[in-house]
Amino acid sequence: MSLALAPLAPARRRYRRRRVLTEIGAAILGLALLVWSLVPVYQMFLIALDPEEGEIEFTGNMWPHGASLDGFHDVVTQEARYLEDFWRQFGNSLEIGLLTMLLTVLITSLASFAVGRMRLGKSGILTNAALLTYALPASFLVIPFYKIMFGYGLSDDPWAVVAAQVTFASPFAILILQHYGRLLPLEIDDSARIDGASALQVYLRIYLPLMAPALAIVAIYALLLAWNDYLYQFVLLTSDRHLTVSGTQSDLFADIDAPWNAMMAAAILYALPPVALFCALYRYVARGLVLGEVKG
Amino acid sequence: MTSIGEAVAAAPRTSLKGPRRPPGYRHLHGSDFTWTVAFILPYAAVFLAFAVYPIGYALWMARDPALYATLAADPRYLTSLVNTLLFVAIGVNVKMFLALVLSGFFLRRDWWVKALLFVYMVPWVIASVQAFIAFHWMLIGDAGLVDGVLSALTGIEGPVWFNHRWLAIACNIIAYIWKWMPFWTLIFLAGRTAIPRVLYDAAAIDGATGPRRFIHVTVPMLANLYLLCTLLSVIWTLGDFNTVYFVSAGGPSSASDVLTTLGFHYTFEQANPALGVAAMMSALPALVPIVILLLRKLDSGEVQL
Repeated sequence: MSLALAPLAPARRRYRRRRVLTEIGAAILGLALLVWSLVPVYQMFLIALDPEEGEIEFTGNMWPHGASLDGFHDVVTQEARYLEDFWRQFGNSLEIGLLTMLLTVLITSLASFAVGRMRLGKSGILTNAALLTYALPASFLVIPFYKIMFGYGLSDDPWAVVAAQVTFASPFAILILQHYGRLLPLEIDDSARIDGASALQVYLRIYLPLMAPALAIVAIYALLLAWNDYLYQFVLLTSDRHLTVSGTQSDLFADIDAPWNAMMAAAILYALPPVALFCALYRYVARGLVLGEVKG
Repeated sequence: MTSIGEAVAAAPRTSLKGPRRPPGYRHLHGSDFTWTVAFILPYAAVFLAFAVYPIGYALWMARDPALYATLAADPRYLTSLVNTLLFVAIGVNVKMFLALVLSGFFLRRDWWVKALLFVYMVPWVIASVQAFIAFHWMLIGDAGLVDGVLSALTGIEGPVWFNHRWLAIACNIIAYIWKWMPFWTLIFLAGRTAIPRVLYDAAAIDGATGPRRFIHVTVPMLANLYLLCTLLSVIWTLGDFNTVYFVSAGGPSSASDVLTTLGFHYTFEQANPALGVAAMMSALPALVPIVILLLRKLDSGEVQL
């Protein structure tokens, strides 16, 4: 015994030392990622909490001198310049974002169900056709879109933006749904059909609940696509009535004296809905991440 | 179940043969066919009205060869072509590689890594326009946060980032990576959890740990997913407008513009939409092979998300 153990001791010590080094490395990496992810967010708060309107300079203080919530106050009460209609614009953004999200989830889940679960030929055809949408990136199509929407009678209409966002969210959504759908055995559908369920019932009662993790990712993705968009909202919406938070940004960017603390406070408020959605759906996303593991 | 099995076994053999079809395939009839068509119809309508038609319209708008002669004569066009190439080539590759490596880090089971993943997703969840404006202020020169911290810590006077073409492009790329790396990390994380544990156990028995395990197990298993995601990301990044428009704003004097922002200038500042569309369409020769490759990769059915 002692003969066998003696040469092992240094090896074990080396192993333990390497383990400690790995842990330290992981901690440093974690810290670096934390700083990397949050510095721009910190910058947003730094400007938003500054009591002076146009203050975008970094004064060397890690916390703004005399930090105040005046910026947020001016946004909420709509007293800040450029933000007189903040809540209406916020409502418009929310309308476009939520409609994009719901329609994308509905349309792509129906199509994926029909092709992937009803055994209509090869399911690859739908994904392939959908991906042809990406033959030209979305931003390349904004000018043709503007002209076409005019022809459809949808100029200066939020539905034009929703249509664009749904179109560009769908191919990726279908890709995700098709691949995730393959993890679920078709026999589940078959047994329900034998019990007399119609196609619609299988879709509502079996497909949608089982696909929840993939649908959660699609929903977040679609909302973020609409939320991140500037170009389509700027080009397709022209009247003040339909302007969105995102579409108004360029006016301010040209103005050096814009009330930047209120602007950044507005930006932080604008960031909240996707964060809330992400928090609400995170457990489904996490479940989706685990499912692959169980399957494997 | 046994009764069905017995019935099948008892039935005459000939009835099982019939016309040959691939397994799992059957004809749709009656109400099933109606349902299937009804389910596909909404997407088919969206696809035709808002994807096929605009793409055709864009091609038609940019059909005049004279437009491309105008583009070639504009020095800004060549500059933005080079910028686009750099932005896409460096941005996408660095982002994808880091996302792949970091997805391994986020597989760790410590509680703080799980909490960190949540914070790490913040850039993806924050709206890009506002985040990129924050980047713009951070890098605005000696008044910005980055140079401020730099001079406080090391005493070095930081550069005026948006006054140099290459620095401005580098800033755009960094902001772009910051914004989009979390999303792809999540995708790779899902891909990694789908790799059977058995493979790692077998590799461990053969003595492959750490980097060797990564090279010999993870990389081959994720190669297809990685390629697919990179192709998708190249297409999306070619169309990226917000990063350059809001971080460097094309500065100094449109030396860091990419094709999309240049097309925007042509359309709205020079009121020449056809030229704007043509500037963007000039990326088509690069896009078509990428899309074809993407479709073929998907068709092989090897890719797992």
